[in-house]
Amino acid sequence: MIDTVSRKPLAARYSLICGAEIHVELKTKSKMFCGCKNDPFHADKPNIYTCPVCLGMPGALPVPNKQAIEDCILIGLALGCKIAKVSKFDRKHYFYPDLPKGYQISQYDEPFCFGGSVDTSFGPVRITRVHMEEDTAKLHHDSVDGKRVSLIDFNRSSVPLVEIVTEPDIHSPEQAKEFLKKVRDIIRTLGVSDCDMEKGSMRLEANISLALVGNDPRVVPPLPNYKVEVKNINSFRYFANSLTTEFTRHSEILDKGETPVQETRGYRSDINSTVSQRVKEEAADYRYFPDPDIPPIVISPDWVKAIATRLPELPSSKIDSLIALGIADSAAKIIVTNSGMLEFITQVKTLNPKYVQSAAKDIVNKKVDFVSMTPTDYIKSLESKSAGKITDEAILKPMIKQILKDNPSVVADYKAGKQNALGFFVGAVMRASSGKADAGITNTLLKDLLN
Amino acid sequence: MPKLNELTLLDAQAKLKAGEITSVELTKSCLEAIEKIEPELHAFVTVFRDDAMDSAKLADKNIQSGVWTFDTHPLAGIPLALKDNFLTKGGRTTASSKVLDEFISTYDATVTEKLRLAGAVIIGKTNMDAWAHGSSTETSDYGATHNPYDNNKLAGGSSGGSAAATSSDEVVAAIGSETAGSIRQPASWCGVVGMKPTYGRVSRYGVVAMGSSLDSPGPMTKTVADSALLLSIIAGHDPKDATSSSLPVPNYLEGLNKDVKGLKIGLPKEYFMSSSQPGINDLVKQAAKKLEKLGAILVEISLLDPKFSIADYTIIQRSEVSSNLARYTGVRYGHDRSFFGDEAKRRIMLGTYALSSGYYDAYYKKGESVRELLKQDFARVFESVDLIIAPTAPVTAMAVGSTAGESMFGELADVLVEASSLAGLTGINIPVGLLSGMPVGAQLIGPHFQEQQVLNTAYAYEQSTNWKENVWPTANSQQHTGDKI
Repeated sequence: MIDTVSRKPLAARYSLICGAEIHVELKTKSKMFCGCKNDPFHADKPNIYTCPVCLGMPGALPVPNKQAIEDCILIGLALGCKIAKVSKFDRKHYFYPDLPKGYQISQYDEPFCFGGSVDTSFGPVRITRVHMEEDTAKLHHDSVDGKRVSLIDFNRSSVPLVEIVTEPDIHSPEQAKEFLKKVRDIIRTLGVSDCDMEKGSMRLEANISLALVGNDPRVVPPLPNYKVEVKNINSFRYFANSLTTEFTRHSEILDKGETPVQETRGYRSDINSTVSQRVKEEAADYRYFPDPDIPPIVISPDWVKAIATRLPELPSSKIDSLIALGIADSAAKIIVTNSGMLEFITQVKTLNPKYVQSAAKDIVNKKVDFVSMTPTDYIKSLESKSAGKITDEAILKPMIKQILKDNPSVVADYKAGKQNALGFFVGAVMRASSGKADAGITNTLLKDLLN
Repeated sequence: MPKLNELTLLDAQAKLKAGEITSVELTKSCLEAIEKIEPELHAFVTVFRDDAMDSAKLADKNIQSGVWTFDTHPLAGIPLALKDNFLTKGGRTTASSKVLDEFISTYDATVTEKLRLAGAVIIGKTNMDAWAHGSSTETSDYGATHNPYDNNKLAGGSSGGSAAATSSDEVVAAIGSETAGSIRQPASWCGVVGMKPTYGRVSRYGVVAMGSSLDSPGPMTKTVADSALLLSIIAGHDPKDATSSSLPVPNYLEGLNKDVKGLKIGLPKEYFMSSSQPGINDLVKQAAKKLEKLGAILVEISLLDPKFSIADYTIIQRSEVSSNLARYTGVRYGHDRSFFGDEAKRRIMLGTYALSSGYYDAYYKKGESVRELLKQDFARVFESVDLIIAPTAPVTAMAVGSTAGESMFGELADVLVEASSLAGLTGINIPVGLLSGMPVGAQLIGPHFQEQQVLNTAYAYEQSTNWKENVWPTANSQQHTGDKI
């Protein structure tokens, strides 16, 4: 279908506008506001890690967990955020049986971290804020003696939860996936959360709307006057799927000149679609106010500095340093997600840097089992393979020069960007040397001479 | 010789230490007084008869065997009452609300724990305004506590049960809690010493929350020295209360002295209101003159009109109340929200409104700004004076039934204590005389954490007057034993 006015395909009339909310459970030893063990996923029984505080008993008071606050600030730093000088906890009121105090302790207008940014290959995604709150208990809908009952497990009640909120800077499912993976990898590298989506230690929500694209694609369209919140997303793929399916749904409504209803929807993987959960008549009134039980928290520059010393090298910076070693971009991205692979490459680099590129290729292509083979053995095997090979540049160089001279049209192809031209020359060198030219050195020399 | 239940805390301690009496005798004496007086007075919601006797026996055993000394266990075997908003593990805590009618405490409040560790016998839980909402105990779902001086009058509140139980010698001493006036005002109406410590001096952990930024537990006693002893025991930093202060706790009893020479005491003219009941201002001024005779210097000062604190306190406290009561949903604790009384409902509605989006800035936030002004006002005054003296309440105990239809009753009764509560200051009520047979109290207000100075000045006054003979009925007078009520 073509829009008769703009002559553009219909889908291109709209731009996807998406902001993400990411909840991450921290794996501190104790809970957010009490000394109970923070281990909801490995508890043998319900309600064993509880006390008056996380049960919300009369008179119980919260005392914030310093480690959790530091972990939250660490995440903020890793996501490029500024850190508040003074921050506080607020009470967010709503009624639900899994919320024993009738309010959740969260942060309203003074989050610990704000104003960060995460790069994606589609453009940066700005981080609005990173704040600290407590998780709720868990409801189990079950039947006991034939009666349908709702049971509450408080093992998760008051587990430290970090919420990361982005600006509406995500414009495609691909970008969403890349961004979310990046955030997960960063948090895992920090070692503060498992980010296990199946168990629920990482939870995703998408705020989605479509904006009409103007004639100039460079102009960012204004924010639409509606927004649909999608919950129950427990994988990056489902997040991307929910964007695709919502894009189609909104487009159809907007095409009719209507506005999608402002509501909360749940993603259902079985039908790869979203279903309406709750229509918000207007914004919920959480009656936020500063929690009088917790004094404001002053975050000194020295404290931030001390926390920052825990910042390990982050995935993006690791990828950059691998690329600098001559490893292909795609291989580098795979290697940083696996600490075993990364360790292998690092050791190869220490032992003999000239084998780093082939090591990267070999482990990514699973030609080498980096778990059972030591880097030393790996290098030995490469060296034995290259025995009898021509590695002397004084012999190879004139040979290559001659071949380039004989094939000017292929050289031109290469310069025009045809990568397979390189393969042609490698083959020619191999033939000329009866297969004895060292492939690695030949490659390097070819590239040098061609450039 | 007075009956054992009429003993002061220090006297009881001395007699137990000397082996003149046992905890069982002392506890029995209190339980008998309770048995006798309670039907008329109604100071208790729950009496732990059996547990108290068990504790007393244990105390006697430990005292006799020397396992406990009065250095390690200064309250060994001494029967005390706790206001019914302090959790006492295994015992009922209702905060005088039917919502918690069946709630058995699952843990001890920090104050409870400290008293137990000091060897005290917890004899029961005293009546209060439901959720501490009020200044009369008339909002209690278990009925009002009457005044030991006149059965037709109220004990005041919200710690009215603790005040009346102490005043009528049902117990040796009691613990109350004050959000704004809830210790000082009933102490004033019942003629006892009521100490409101600085906010953060005594842990709030395990006290059913009312106004979390204001709640301050404190002792209600027969004498100032008793107050000093109890405060030394219950005060201190609590890792379970993030708002508790880490300042070290002095031994207030050892530090007690009656030297007030050169002490500057301010009389805020706005607090000697012309609308107060005639006679109250004069009695408080006489008390001030007494301190002047002892060497203190009286200075007339000016503070913000206390009427401003009523609106400010109402907004802040109602907001916090609406949040703190959100947990009583009916999912737990046995009784649902229909069991809330009218006063709690009013406060929840007002607080919910004040915190609503769009109203927060106009009410709660502005309230916090005004509170800051009140703090600054006191800070300014404390640059030129050491303490402030003023009437505690504008009236003596009012008649039973006075609160009917008066939803702002508490705020009006507490007009003279709300500003200092909002500022988080310490204060004490001391009895300074009787008007038509009803006690009148003066309050001494001190800067943050100046409890020792406040206690010393109260002590100087108490020791200079023939307190028991002249100021209030003696412990063995008919009026005081409850025979009249």
